[in-house]
Amino acid sequence: MSIFGAHYNLERHSIGLAVAVVAVASIGGLFEIAPLFTIDETVESAPNMRVYTPLELAGRNIYIREGCYACHSQMIRTLRDDVERYGHYSLAVESQYDHPMLWGSKRTGPDLARVGGKYSDQWHVAHLDNPRHVVPESIMPSYTWLLRNEQKTDDLGDQLRALQRLGVPYTDDMIAHAAKDASAQANPNSEAASGVSERYGNDTNIRAFDNNSHKLTEMDALVAYLQILGKLTDAAEKDPANAGAGHD
Amino acid sequence: MVSTLTKNERHFAFIISVSVAMCGLVMAAAGRNDLLGTHGFIVFFFALGVTFILARGYYDPEPGDERFSAYYDEPIKAGIILAMSWAVFAMFVGDWVAWLLAYPELTFDEPWASFGRLRPVHTTGIIFGFGGNALIATLFHVMQRTARARMPDQLSPWFVLIGYNLFCVLAVTGYPLGITQSKEYAEPEWYADIWLVIVWVTYLALYLRTLARRQEPHIYVANWYFLAFILVVAVLHIVNNLALPISLSSAKSFPIFSGVQDAMTQWWYGHNAVAFFLTAGFLGMMYYYLPTRAKRPIFSYRLSIISFWGITFLYMWAGSHHLHYTALPQWVQTLGMSFSLMLLVPSWASAGNALLTLNGAWHRVRDDATLRFMMVAAVFYGVSTFEGSFLAIRPVNSLSHYTDWTIGHVHAGALGWVALITFGAIYSLVPILWKRDRIYSPALVEVHFWLALAGTLIYVFAMWNSGIVQGLMWRTYTASGTLAYSFMDSVVAMHPYYIARAIGGLLFLVGTVIGFYNIWMTIRTPINIPRDLASDHPVTEHAGAPAAEPAE
Ligand code: HEC
Ligand code: HEM
Ligand code: HEM
Repeated sequence: MSIFGAHYNLERHSIGLAVAVVAVASIGGLFEIAPLFTIDETVESAPNMRVYTPLELAGRNIYIREGCYACHSQMIRTLRDDVERYGHYSLAVESQYDHPMLWGSKRTGPDLARVGGKYSDQWHVAHLDNPRHVVPESIMPSYTWLLRNEQKTDDLGDQLRALQRLGVPYTDDMIAHAAKDASAQANPNSEAASGVSERYGNDTNIRAFDNNSHKLTEMDALVAYLQILGKLTDAAEKDPANAGAGHD
Repeated sequence: MVSTLTKNERHFAFIISVSVAMCGLVMAAAGRNDLLGTHGFIVFFFALGVTFILARGYYDPEPGDERFSAYYDEPIKAGIILAMSWAVFAMFVGDWVAWLLAYPELTFDEPWASFGRLRPVHTTGIIFGFGGNALIATLFHVMQRTARARMPDQLSPWFVLIGYNLFCVLAVTGYPLGITQSKEYAEPEWYADIWLVIVWVTYLALYLRTLARRQEPHIYVANWYFLAFILVVAVLHIVNNLALPISLSSAKSFPIFSGVQDAMTQWWYGHNAVAFFLTAGFLGMMYYYLPTRAKRPIFSYRLSIISFWGITFLYMWAGSHHLHYTALPQWVQTLGMSFSLMLLVPSWASAGNALLTLNGAWHRVRDDATLRFMMVAAVFYGVSTFEGSFLAIRPVNSLSHYTDWTIGHVHAGALGWVALITFGAIYSLVPILWKRDRIYSPALVEVHFWLALAGTLIYVFAMWNSGIVQGLMWRTYTASGTLAYSFMDSVVAMHPYYIARAIGGLLFLVGTVIGFYNIWMTIRTPINIPRDLASDHPVTEHAGAPAAEPAE
């Protein structure tokens, strides 16, 4: 009874009630979220993990803009059928530079966490232009405008700088060359192309993703992004739990 | 609208709308090379429209001090019309995207019309446009009646309502243009988020100021939920939307958290947007309109205390059930699952409290479709929370996650609970506000009820089936130990269910359009009860909601 008596009192004080609500509601979040920032085990270490190139980052922004995440997850769960279908389960470290994460909550289409390298560039271009040309019964939308739209590069420097401030290890050199590197990554014959591999590593894909090196399109950016998915670090391949996990 | 504002308030309103218009211009100029510019123009024209309305009514006679002797209901009326308009719009978009999943070519070769851009228009339009406006309107009504206090001024409710709708407009125009943060239910970009904080703080202040004027010593149950809704949504919104814009002339920003921390923050937000927007707010609605319509006191006051604090405490732990078997540390997943199971207790306590309130009024449920809307809503609340706790169990979630089962669960809650309780509340409220003895056509309410119920059942059963089929196909192995079905096999198997869902949604949408028509016609019939009712006045003896007082 005394609890209800106390409540009978609390109900008479709007500020008291408000403070009580916020206090009671805050406990759960504090308890679950705060430790994630401090406990080391949350994120594995992957010293050789590389960052997205400016072109891949631009592709990632298109992925967000077009709402690909509404149909595709990028989070392979620790379940046998997930792993056999899509590859080694996703590690926390693999999305440590993802602001925001794109784990998704719905698989209307397949998981894309490790789609990088699974198909050729041409396949992706044809598929994005009209999925039903490649997979007749697909229900994925056509993205015809990606080949038409020129990729904007002028704000990529700002983007890298913002990410640097948030803790992604972009160097000042990368920021200064962001726009140039974006164009060069899709134009292997250009002089600037060597700068891209200098800054982002020799394994960086440098090619005309949409098969046209004269124009930097949104298709270049998106395909560059899709081809790097699951390839920023080899932490998963080195994972001892890897035994038996393969593609498809 | 303007005629109910004092001269002083008209001046303030002018200053606010002109400043907002100026902000729009600044955004348009700074963001001329970016999508921010387009949004600048939208802000500018929106504020210009408001300024124009203000100017037109500027010379209307001022209200006198007698305004304080009656409740202030003008913004509530506008809120209801806005809620119904958003409902029709967002359900139309919802049904469109439903057809797109069955027939992907049913669209234009235009970026704005593609599935991924329209889907958030549906979710934002329905949750924030329809749900949010309905909550603002009913909250203004309930807080005044149960506190027996009028709102302290005329300007802040309008600022909250119009400002909130500006946020919604920015959100749903943003996605087709390509402006989104991609965080589910928190897609709008940084400037829209900042604006919402300003609106929300005004909302909270207005609420507390009205409560401070109350003539009733006790704060009625419905208000606890409304208070929790406003407060917790503010906390969630601010934390989940912490982001760094790439520059002040760009719409683009990056959330400050990344990877696993971002995922946990996002679903702490996402799940509690469900809890405090789609649940607590609407429970507030239920705790007032259901007992007043049934003319029965709430069954148990103690049960409402237990369920209120249970919901407020437990929900905030449950977000991690959205991340089962992911890279989130397992102890957090286990906590999420355990608290989700405990959540069933206060959830069913609320649903039970509502249904037991109807004891002794079942004849009314039978005869009155408005009350029946609310009764069925309470049942669906029970169903979807049971389902939610079930889906939160890790092994069950391993099957349901990523499938249409989630969509089925969402819409059992969204159509069956959120939309039906809202329709019930609006049908109760419209005759009261516009002073008619009844709704224009009770027969059409009846038609709406059956369309809504049929639509919900078709939708939910279609998605339960498709979700379970999908989940089983993904994990079925052949005798030789290989996966039995390709992903495409599961896509093809969904086709008939997607058609069924789209038809169910269409029925639901038609019901909503009929409801809107019925409300509109009610407003257009002449006033047929006295303009001046005792229940319009805060200080008279018999005002308020005696029927809503708890039984104990
Ligand atoms: C309406 C939901 C939907 C949307 C939105 C969508 N997809 Fe898909 N996607 C699918 C479906 C279904 C498939 C499987 C059939 C196919 O391959 O076309 C698929 C397949 C894919 C594949 C092949 C995956 C594999 O492993 O075979 C890629 C890559 C892909 N989508 C990328 C994208 C990108 C990039 C976007 C955004 C620009 C996108 N999708 C938007 C539904 C969607
Ligand atoms: C006419 C009625 C409706 C139709 C036809 C409809 C249709 C849809 C469709 C097709 C989707 C996308 C599903 C997918 O991606 O597979 C969706 C998602 C969603 N809808 Fe609806 N909807 C309707 C009403 C509502 C209402 C009234 C609400 C809320 C109050 C709502 C809330 C949502 C939410 C929250 C999602 C996202 C679910 C998720 O991401 O898991 N819908 N709806
Ligand atoms: C006890 C109460 C509830 C619990 C424990 C619960 C639990 C869950 C679980 C486990 C999921 C699936 C997460 C996943 O696998 O991705 C989910 C999704 C969802 N639920 Fe509930 N639920 C509850 C009540 C409700 C109610 C009343 C609504 C009202 C509309 C609702 C709306 C949603 C939405 C919108 C999603 C989809 C989120 C997304 O993926 O986009 N839930 N819920």
